[in-house]
Amino acid sequence: MPVQVRVPPLLREAVGGARVIEGHGDTVDAVLWDIERRHPGFRQRLLDEEGALRRFVNVYVNDEDIRYLNKLATPVRDGDTVSILPSVAGGG
Amino acid sequence: MVAVYVPTSLRRLTNGQAKVEVDGDTLDMLIQNLELKYPGFRQALLDEGGGFHRFVNVYINNREVSDEVGMATPIGKDDEVAFVPAIAGGAGPLRFTPEQVKRYQRQIILPEVGPVGQRKLLAAKVLCVGAGGLGSPAALYLAAAGVGTLGIVDFDTVDLSNLHRQLLHGHKDIGRLKTESARDTLRDRNPDVNVVLHNVPLTSENALEIIGQYDIVVNGSDNFPTRYLVNDACVLLKKPLVDGGMFKFDGQATVFLPGKGCYRCLFPAPPPPGAAPSCAEAGVLGALPGVIGAIQAVETMKLILGIGEPLVNRLLLFDALAMEFREVKIRRDPECPVCGDNPTITQLIDYVEFCGLPRESALIG
Repeated sequence: MPVQVRVPPLLREAVGGARVIEGHGDTVDAVLWDIERRHPGFRQRLLDEEGALRRFVNVYVNDEDIRYLNKLATPVRDGDTVSILPSVAGGG
Repeated sequence: MVAVYVPTSLRRLTNGQAKVEVDGDTLDMLIQNLELKYPGFRQALLDEGGGFHRFVNVYINNREVSDEVGMATPIGKDDEVAFVPAIAGGAGPLRFTPEQVKRYQRQIILPEVGPVGQRKLLAAKVLCVGAGGLGSPAALYLAAAGVGTLGIVDFDTVDLSNLHRQLLHGHKDIGRLKTESARDTLRDRNPDVNVVLHNVPLTSENALEIIGQYDIVVNGSDNFPTRYLVNDACVLLKKPLVDGGMFKFDGQATVFLPGKGCYRCLFPAPPPPGAAPSCAEAGVLGALPGVIGAIQAVETMKLILGIGEPLVNRLLLFDALAMEFREVKIRRDPECPVCGDNPTITQLIDYVEFCGLPRESALIG
């Protein structure tokens, strides 16, 4: 059973419109590479030139922010949910 | 024995006890026995004519004692009697008017609210940043519930394209200032509410002065500079911030309490200009702000009333298409530049520049 990756509205066109896509790998980084293989350009929407997570994008493994775990090296297991959450300004 | 709640101002008479027990079949007997046990009590509650001072409200089991029955009001031995002084400088009359009793009846009968809670709501001062999508339902519900003072910051005018989601404004308001349209709608909903208009863009120059006048801030702003400005001002002033945001079919809400993290702990920096389209560019489902704004109103009321578990250190995520609510954890970041252990931002900065926007871009309330 792979990892479920929840894609925010802002990034859905980068994965063919899907809200949730499956990813394979032992860490968040490996899962993002797995998605990158199928949807080239996906990683750069989340990561800067140095390969670090952009500061307006959070990634959660289940309900934990990976900034407080092991960042991109945070391990994932089958059945985990990885959520990608960019900040949104809308309120008006 | 009857349990008597002693207000803070009278605890000097009861050796600091908040609750004491005395006998008494009527309110009159109860006060006589209180006086015997705690001399000075009677004088603190009653005037020379033997009636209650105007600034004292008496409740038996959370129900206000009526003026007609007054001192003869019977008391059962398991009843709880509370003497509650009117809040100094509080909004509105010292006692509920018959209209208020009726208006708030279904809220007052909730044991968690009661007359004491309703008084807290009437005395509360809440600032809504923005009278748009989120600000509309939030302000409408807060006004309806009897939040005594509602500030509205916005400098925009009502446009036809606002009306599919901004419930504060109607067709007749197109072209009017949103603050003035909001005031008319809120007063019509509940004339008890003192609506204070701030018809200006919120800026680093005026934010501390405006936000400083309120107890709680509800964020319904629609741009990143204002979001970071409101956050930093709330951290500096130690004000609770009830935050909400939305995009297309997705919404989020959380509560930032002083000392428990802030928006910068969640998102340290804004996206570069153009990387995150606005609702104006990407669209938003009309009823979505109804969900998120109502959640903000509920959380604001819980904070005022001091009941329940606030939405603190949790970010609530709403996906309208899946019709799903989820939560992720938010932590206070000890490295946060504004609320961390060694803050580097100790006064408001230039938020337009911080967000990398051109100087002429407007800040919207």
